[in-house]
Amino acid sequence: MKKRVIALLLAVTMVFGLTACGGSGAAEGSGAAETTESTESTETTESTEAASTEGGKILSVQVGPDPETIDPALNSAVDGGNMLLHSFECLLSVDQDGKLAPGQAESWETSEDGLTWTFHLREGLKWSDGSDLTANDFVYSWKRVCDPMVAAPYAETVLSMVEGFEDAAGGNLDALQVAAPDDLTFVVTLNAPCSYFGSLAAFATLSPVQQATVEANGDAWATSAETYISNGPFYISEWVPGSHILMSKNPYYWNADAIKLDGIKWNLIEDANASYSAYQTGEVLMIKDVPTEEIPSLRDNPEFHVDPIIGTYYLSLNLDREPFNDANVRKALSLAIDREYVAGTLMQGTYTAASNFMGPGWVDTDGSQFMDNANGGQPYIDTANFEANLEEAKQLLADAGYPDGEGLPAITYSTNDAGYHKVVAEYLQQAWAEIGVDLQVEIVEWASFTPMRRNGDYDSSRNGWVGDYSDPSNMLDLFYSTNGNNDGNFNNAEYDAAMDISRTTLDAAERSEALHKAEDILMEEAGCIPVAYYNDFWLQSEKITGSWHSPYGYWYFMYADIAE
Amino acid sequence: MLKYVAKRIGLAIVTIWAVATITFFLMNLVPGGPFLSEKAISPQATAALEAKYGLDKPLFQQYLTYIGDALHGDFGDSLKQRGRTVMDIILMKFPVSARVGGISVLVSLLVGVPLGCIAALKRGKFLDSLISVISTCGIAVPSFVICTLLLYFFGVKLMILPTLGLTSWKHYIMPVMALSFYPTAYIMRLMRSSMLDVLGQDYMRTAKAKGLAGGIILFKHALRNAILPVITYVGPLLAYTVTGSFVVEKIFTIPGLGGEFISAINGRDYTLIMGTTIFLATLIIVMNVVVDIVYKIVDPRIKLK
Repeated sequence: MKKRVIALLLAVTMVFGLTACGGSGAAEGSGAAETTESTESTETTESTEAASTEGGKILSVQVGPDPETIDPALNSAVDGGNMLLHSFECLLSVDQDGKLAPGQAESWETSEDGLTWTFHLREGLKWSDGSDLTANDFVYSWKRVCDPMVAAPYAETVLSMVEGFEDAAGGNLDALQVAAPDDLTFVVTLNAPCSYFGSLAAFATLSPVQQATVEANGDAWATSAETYISNGPFYISEWVPGSHILMSKNPYYWNADAIKLDGIKWNLIEDANASYSAYQTGEVLMIKDVPTEEIPSLRDNPEFHVDPIIGTYYLSLNLDREPFNDANVRKALSLAIDREYVAGTLMQGTYTAASNFMGPGWVDTDGSQFMDNANGGQPYIDTANFEANLEEAKQLLADAGYPDGEGLPAITYSTNDAGYHKVVAEYLQQAWAEIGVDLQVEIVEWASFTPMRRNGDYDSSRNGWVGDYSDPSNMLDLFYSTNGNNDGNFNNAEYDAAMDISRTTLDAAERSEALHKAEDILMEEAGCIPVAYYNDFWLQSEKITGSWHSPYGYWYFMYADIAE
Repeated sequence: MLKYVAKRIGLAIVTIWAVATITFFLMNLVPGGPFLSEKAISPQATAALEAKYGLDKPLFQQYLTYIGDALHGDFGDSLKQRGRTVMDIILMKFPVSARVGGISVLVSLLVGVPLGCIAALKRGKFLDSLISVISTCGIAVPSFVICTLLLYFFGVKLMILPTLGLTSWKHYIMPVMALSFYPTAYIMRLMRSSMLDVLGQDYMRTAKAKGLAGGIILFKHALRNAILPVITYVGPLLAYTVTGSFVVEKIFTIPGLGGEFISAINGRDYTLIMGTTIFLATLIIVMNVVVDIVYKIVDPRIKLK
């Protein structure tokens, strides 16, 4: 009898186990049917949600977990950048087409020698607490970015071309040549012409911050809603770290009439499955973190979006080590990768195969796409023709003195384990074996990985860059011999010379030519191996209207609305 | 008793100091640092940051400074969450975890103890087998599986419970269920076996022979003796549960302390690693002392030495 009961119970548990598995399986399988179901029930959950947040039109979204910081000077992350974009406004802004547009400044001009930039502020600008905002606030904020005690990570990127930066970064803040001759005029003097300085004037690091608040609260000013005074379309009205940031419409914003939402709720969800659940129930109308295992079932869903951002997933080769000091070997390794397969299949179409180093979204000096003008309009690597590439790779390796990989030492590939990194590593192992290369994969924990790569303590490794602004120098600078991010230690005099010209010339055509020449050299020398271009992929309810996504990885919700 | 408590507190301070010291040197042995990102921060900025937080000093000097400050109750600023002190973070997040965790422990006790007793009293019967199956499941199934299943059924499919945040009583149901599943199962098993042990004792037979009522025998004689192992278990359990669970907090988007333990280590936020570790160690030690005292109250035969 007892045995029978046990057997019965065993059967029950097994069934329980099976249904449990079936449950999660169904979640993946019935994607399309499920979304229609969830949009229907969205309204009910939403109305109760809205009622609990004191009414009004609140857009609930997810773009990442808790930002490390939302102090404009300290932020260096994309999720923090999204918050800054909605709570602050710089002198200039970037419009839906990626073009510079007026921001806090309604107009601006450059002197003939390109060294003096003058910005004319709008009249009647105010902070979110209702007090006046003047050009002096920009003077204070820009100097603050240089302050070594603030230690802003982007200080050098955004201000190194301003006269007096070196001194200011050493502690003498007043050396920085930024001035406010009157309340509505802000003047910047550069030490060398910088054609893309306008993009920097729209860069979140250079947002104005309120001196009185910052001085009264120190670094802590940017950690609670009460002291977080801003000047953008929204201000933070509630912040529960690890849970959500609630932004409310800023009535003092100069363009407040154009803002339709009463607020934006940024749900600080860390787990992709959790954010997907919240999206399915309608608690959140847009999520950035979509579980990768759901992507195949979401491909044809109109709510699933894939949009390029300026950035490239590439491999660094340690050029100081054998056999990577031979350009033929580097090129062979590059050509032996089937990029269409990696981006389309392994990365599930969330990346795009890279034929160049500089992908879509980078803007040439005349405003056209940099990529369209590269290599005489031809891709550097014909990604559609992998078979031919593979043959060429074998030939190159033979030319280098390693026919069929004979005599090549074993190579290690180092990567951290996140996203598709491991899948790519396994693919490389297999792909490079085709040309006779013996590849060992080494998975390194994130915090140890970055310093290891920077110190050149690797053979080959994963690398990547997402642009801060759309000027090509932002990414091409990575291979300048002395650049801090030149992890492969690429050292080419011609390349450096081309980049030097791009920095100093005032002639747009000459600058463009120099930048293209630099990319030509980089690709010819295979200074790195571009694999794929980054995309952002996300789920967004069709109820959201008037929002857009930029190639910088930002979502613009300030002018959005929620359709009933 | 007082003497005992004083002695335990003295020992506790030594233990915490040892934990702090070992953690301090171990975390500095691990490669990496707090000011790293994919994009290299300029050497000046890194140097400025290190100077600001005293990381440019020799390690042993950093250690002395840290211990000195900690003795004055200053656990420093978080290196990653700029503008927040370690104390701010713990004081802000601990109450949240403590609420969810405290309720979970209470639920585990309220469910686990009676079910364990029933299983023991109905030994070998159907009910006993059923309870033992449930408790086996509870122990074997990891919490992220339970979380995901709960989220899927109650949140996404049935849509009767909210999936994120902690703003109403409804929000507590799933996290509490997920957190209490394992301890409930464990307490059931513990209770069952110790109850069985007690039921077989001579004094139980004596009590029965004296003609005492079944209820009195069960509550006064059996339960009081059988619950001792559960108390031992619940002490440290409480310390661990009220400091939050990384998995449960992540999946239900609860702003608790559990996530900080992990993110502090991943981000090499040295001061936060120290703060959370010392905090957890202190709680565990305190709970152990409390358990010892409760022991003495429940069972006067136990001598505290």
